[in-house]
Amino acid sequence: MKLGRDWWKIACVIMLLYTFIGGFLGGVPAKPILNETIRNLYFHVVMWFSMMVFFTVSVVYSIKYLRSGKISDDIHAVEFANCGLLFAVLGLVTGAIWAKYAWGKAWSNDPKQLGAAIATLIYFAYLVLRNSMTDLDKRARIGAVYNIFAFAMLFPTLWIIPRLVESLHPGGMGNPAFDTKFIDSRMRVILWFGAFPGWTLLGIWITSLRIRLSKIAEKKFSFS
Amino acid sequence: MKKKFNYLLLLACTVFINVVAFAQERLPLSDKPEMAVGMRANGKIYVVVAVLVTILAGVVLYLVNLDRKIRQLEKSTGTP
Repeated sequence: MKLGRDWWKIACVIMLLYTFIGGFLGGVPAKPILNETIRNLYFHVVMWFSMMVFFTVSVVYSIKYLRSGKISDDIHAVEFANCGLLFAVLGLVTGAIWAKYAWGKAWSNDPKQLGAAIATLIYFAYLVLRNSMTDLDKRARIGAVYNIFAFAMLFPTLWIIPRLVESLHPGGMGNPAFDTKFIDSRMRVILWFGAFPGWTLLGIWITSLRIRLSKIAEKKFSFS
Repeated sequence: MKKKFNYLLLLACTVFINVVAFAQERLPLSDKPEMAVGMRANGKIYVVVAVLVTILAGVVLYLVNLDRKIRQLEKSTGTP
């Protein structure tokens, strides 16, 4: 660990520590039904925010790959998509646990639950499609094009459709989910200065390790 | 002589601590001084915090270790 190179990893740990300690000991608004589970905002909700970041970075690298043809861009794209999927699955599972105790059922076919499941499946299809081809360039190119289409579906399924209809999630019927009715400034500070950057940096850290491993493997392959 | 004195001091300390402890026990419940009761405060939420911080520490140490191993691998293969 060198400070000049790894400062963001240290920042990640500090922000996550702040989230874990402040998230449990800090004050939260008292709400019926939710009670203390409102603290899941720092964990469950942030999984989805971080996932958005990873999928956005992934599609940027896919476009870069289509323009440059460099295999390194393809590795970045697929590893960020992998990490986004990890966070999406964690988001679905934690959401099911929370829903069980807040809404009564782990899965109640809420529009946002369905949208999230569809988006997750679309991204799983991206990995399946990629791995079904053995030719490296073809795989990278078709994967990159598919990734752009997958990303085009991400925002409608998670942000637009659930807001047009009735939803158990906050933010249904066009209301913003984070207005003062739902959370207050005490929670907002931990969310935007601790949880969101902290979890996102943790994901980037994991992704960077996988990218470096892929590059080593790729190098070994191309020389032997 | 000095050793004996040390023993006596230790004995005095133990007795004193016991006296303090008994004095606290004898106090009625309402008069008990408000003390930080650490891990048992607020419905034992600190225990959960301790568990989560431990898990976080474990994951971070694991990642740091992995980071170091990959860096060594990069050095040996000459990958930038």
